[in-house]
Parts: sequence; C-alpha cells; structure tokens
Amino acid sequence: MTPEELLDAYEEMALIRRTEKAAHDLFMSGFVKGTTHLAAGHEAIAVGASAALRPDDYVFATYRGHHHAMARGATPEECLAELMSKATGLCQAKGGSMHLTKASTGMLGSYAIVGAHLPMAAGAAWSAKLRGSGQVAVAFFGDGATNIGAFHEALNLAAVWQLPALFVCENNLYMEYTPIADVTAVPNPAADRAGGYNIPGEVIDGNDVTVVHEAVSRAAERARKGDGPTLIEAQTYRHFGHSRSDPAKYRPAEEVERWLKHDPLDVARARLEAAGVPPETISERDRRAAQVVEAAVTAAKNAPEPDRELAFTDVWADGSATWRT
Amino acid sequence: MADVITYREAVAEGIAREMRRDSTVVCLGEDIGAAEGVFKTTVGLFAEFGPQRVWDTPISEQAIVGAAMGAAMTGMRPVAEIMFSDFLACCWDYLANEIPKARYMTGGQVTVPLVIRTANGGGLGFGAQHSQAVENWALTVPGLKIAAPSTPADVIGLMASAIRSDDPVVFFEHKALLASSGQRPPDGHLVELGKAAVAREGTDITVVALASTVSVALKAAEQLQGDGISVEVIDLRCLVPLDMRTVLSSVERTSHLLVVEENPYQGGWGGTVVSVVADEGFEMLDAPIKRVAGACVPLPFADALEAEVIPTVDKVTEAVRRLSAY
Repeated sequence: MTPEELLDAYEEMALIRRTEKAAHDLFMSGFVKGTTHLAAGHEAIAVGASAALRPDDYVFATYRGHHHAMARGATPEECLAELMSKATGLCQAKGGSMHLTKASTGMLGSYAIVGAHLPMAAGAAWSAKLRGSGQVAVAFFGDGATNIGAFHEALNLAAVWQLPALFVCENNLYMEYTPIADVTAVPNPAADRAGGYNIPGEVIDGNDVTVVHEAVSRAAERARKGDGPTLIEAQTYRHFGHSRSDPAKYRPAEEVERWLKHDPLDVARARLEAAGVPPETISERDRRAAQVVEAAVTAAKNAPEPDRELAFTDVWADGSATWRT
Repeated sequence: MADVITYREAVAEGIAREMRRDSTVVCLGEDIGAAEGVFKTTVGLFAEFGPQRVWDTPISEQAIVGAAMGAAMTGMRPVAEIMFSDFLACCWDYLANEIPKARYMTGGQVTVPLVIRTANGGGLGFGAQHSQAVENWALTVPGLKIAAPSTPADVIGLMASAIRSDDPVVFFEHKALLASSGQRPPDGHLVELGKAAVAREGTDITVVALASTVSVALKAAEQLQGDGISVEVIDLRCLVPLDMRTVLSSVERTSHLLVVEENPYQGGWGGTVVSVVADEGFEMLDAPIKRVAGACVPLPFADALEAEVIPTVDKVTEAVRRLSAY
C-alpha cells in the first residue's frame, strides 16, 4: 500500500472502531435491542481486504459483520440506524445488526447461521466464472465456522471447480466463549485444513492492514487467473466480548493485554509514521472519523421509525408477501 | 416430435426449453451430467448444453443449494437437483434460513431466482429414508414457492414458470409419476404458479389433491361415478401460492370437501387448506371436512405395508362414500 492508501485505510479503520464503540454505548443505553457482535479489533481484515478487491467483487460476511459492510461503503449512519430499528437503516430495519447488507456495492449480506455463507460465496464465484466477469467472491468467517460441514463442502466444491473464491478466516481464538484450540484437531483451524482440499492456505497477522492487503491481493490475483480458491487465516482478537454485554471474563488478562498492544490502528499508525506521514496528518483523520460517527449517532437517533407496512413487503421479488389467493 | 411424453422426459424437456431461451439458466446436482440423473430426469441436457451449463457436484447438499443461492444472487438462474427429497434435510438451513429470508431481511436488496428440484414421495419401495412425501416441510417456511406437478404437461409448464420466477421455487417431482405419460405441450407452454386446475368436474363433493394423489383421486372419482356420486377433483399444482379461490369456489358448489395428500396427516398441507375452508367457508359445508393423508409413521419397505400408510384409491372411495352419506 502507498502511504496515501494506508492513510485512507487508517481512517476507515478509525471510522469502524468508533462506530463499534458507538454501537456498544447505544446498546448499553437501551437504543439498540436484540444483540450485537462487535468487530472492534477486526478492522484491518475488512479494510485491508476491501482495499485489495475490485469494486464489483462480492463479499459475504457473518453476524459479526459491521466492519465488512462499512469497508464496502455502508456509512456509519446507515449501520447505526439499522441497529436502532430506524427507517433509514441499511436494511430498512428488517435485518438488524446480524444481517447488514450493501448489495449495491457487492456486499451481499451478513449471515447468522455459522458457515452458511461459504457455499454462497462459492456460488457467487461460480457465477463470476460462468459469466467470465473476472470478479472474485470473498467469504469472511470466524474460527468457529471451520468445524461446520458447510465450510468443508464449500472448500471442496470451490477447489474441484477451480472457483475464483477467497475464504478468509478471522481467527480471534474463541468460538463464542470457548477457546477454538480446545475444540479443534489442528492448531490453525482454517489454514491447516487447506491441504485437505489441495488449495493454498496461509496464516497471517490479521491486525496489520498492509499484511492483509498483500495476502488478499495475491489470492485475488490467483483467483482471477483461474487458479482457484485460497484459504487465508487472519489472526486477530476481539476488543469486546462475543456479543451484547459479554465481558469475556474467560480470556486470560495477559492474553488480552498482549493483543490490545497489537491494536490494528496502532500498527497502521506506526507504519504511517515510519513512512514519514506527520502525526498531525494522522490525528486529523482520527478527528474526522470521530466527527462523522458523532453526526451519525445524532442522525440515527433522530431518524423515523419504519412504516408498519414494511412488515409485509419484500417476501417476494414483486415486493409482496401474498402466499394464497 | 411425438405427441406423447413421459413425466420423466418432461422434466428434462422443461429444463431444456428454458436453457435454450435463457443462457443464465444452469444446472447443478449429483450425477445429473454425463450420467443423466439417477431418475433419468436430466437426459440429453449434458449432451446439448455441455459442462459449462450442466455441472456434476460432489455429494454435498449444502454446497449444491448454497452455491445455487450465491449464483442466483449474482445474475444466474440455477436449477439445483437434490436427488431424493429426503435429502433436503441435509441442506435444510438453506431452505429454512437462507434462501427464503435473504430478500426480506436485506430490505429487498437481493433476489434469489432459483429452482430446487427433487424427487419426492413413495410408491416405489425405497424404504423410510428415500420415500417420504415432504412437500409439507417446505410449506412451513414463508418465502418459498412450491410446485408439485401431476402431469407431464404441467411439469413443463410449471418448470418454465419456476425457472422464470424471480422467487425461489421448490419443485417436487413425484417418483411414482415418472413413468406416466401424457400430451406433449407445445413450445412456450406456461402454467402460472399458484393456479390450480380442475382435473375433473363434479357436483357432489370436492376432492383436493396434489401430484401423485391427483391420479388416485381421479381413479376414485371414476369408480364413484358408477355409484352415482359426482366428484370434482382439484389439482392444486402448487402449495405456494396456494389457490384457495379455486378450492373455495368448488366447495361453494359441492358443500363437501375431502383432501387427499401423501405427506403425513400430522403437519400435512391439507391442514392448511382445511383451516382456510373452516375459517372462510364454514357456512358452505354440509358435512365435516375429511383428510386422507399419509399415516403418521415412517414409510415402511414392503409394498403391502407401504400401501397401508399412503393414500390409495380404496381409501379415497371409502372416505367419499362416508362423506356423501353424512
């Protein structure tokens, strides 16, 4: 990444971090119902990958997917309004935190059944191959998804059909509340499975946006050449618990401390400074992100509730919900 | 071209007609390509359209249906085969949680124009895990359209509508009907989803049927005519959209309703039909509503045992006689 690209990536990560913090605060103060799975700490994976993709590539994410929606162009206001059940939400308040989607920019959804979207990404990649479009499809998923059948079926199909698909595992060391190492037969839950499907698999630092950018660029280039899928395991860490107000007490203090010292924003800032970008220029981006999120919170709070009729729209493609005559 | 076509041939013919007119229609499934399908319902597709349009998959139901969904969201019209409808259970997440909800939960941002075809039902002695009639499984999920044709012409006409539909359609092909034959419909033949057919007109009792039970009901009606009972047989063709208008207008004339369904009585689609009639047509009725349905047991293997638990002509004639004597 050039210093300019890295600076933009830094700002995007700052925007996501502050949006996630705002989502947390709004949840704790009763403005967000249901649940949230915050991606604070995972920002470099979404931003680094998105910077490596074409605008027309496809992205599929999980219920921990705010960062992917934003990295593909969803605004903090659209996301927060969705979380707050407002009419201006990304999905008209019909999806919620776990289903953020921005189809107009190829972000084809956040799916809350673990692993379900990996075959979908394979299918989008198949579609790209059939149409000869040169697009790739990327599935982002957690370490927990590596033990579900859909992961294995998708990898095998993508490998056998040589699909332009990227499978990016965000390994944050915990499947919900349980260490992934306690329930998985191999040390690297994603990358160590690549051999079983005869595809490349690599473990990378998921908190370094430049490393993610390079790995995804390589995999996307390989996919576009027709050489098939790649499995990337990006190691990272959650800054919040699994969901809602989970304080994540099951994580050892020294582990938390070690990972917080390896914050993706700090890593990017250090790289920018090393490249000669003045600290003031970086801080200016921080301030700008803060202003955008602050304005987004106000706008989302002031946005109208959805019309009640929306409950009965868009079951079918004609916009209706009619099931009988 | 011959004027007569089998139900089995009609499946392949229906798909082929759509593949000829729309290059985004692609097929995927186990053994559907060079092997031409275990039920020979994809004969000729691989030869005509080649490996870029007809894709053999591993035994990976989740990958088949999940990939069909991803392709449907991105400009293709996939036709996915799940070999036996019992195997839908292996990929049920996609039918219950993913495909029917994607449009709704994204506020209308995506469409999922796909067809999931599957061989359904009993009568061929395949035992408990390859013989179930499971059309009621799909009926429990808002967001899926459901077609279940009873004739070769309807296979072609409904297949055309299903493939052209921008909504997901689960297409049940009945195993016991595969060898049956009927008129080959002309090119361009379309049967609109959600339009029931009056398979036989009658005045004394309405029998609502679907797929395999249509021919059962028609045979029963023929016998009952000798007894002076005039039976109207309605072929629903689809469960969603459900053509209750046709059912209610028939019951209005006959004042009697019998539903014949192969899926189990417990949770069977007849319960939904009956509840609408009870709710909206109660005053039209001169007798209780009856259902001849699959028994609430797993499908047994032996022919004699299987006949005990699925609808038969005798069970239907007996039920009609009781109703008309009420």
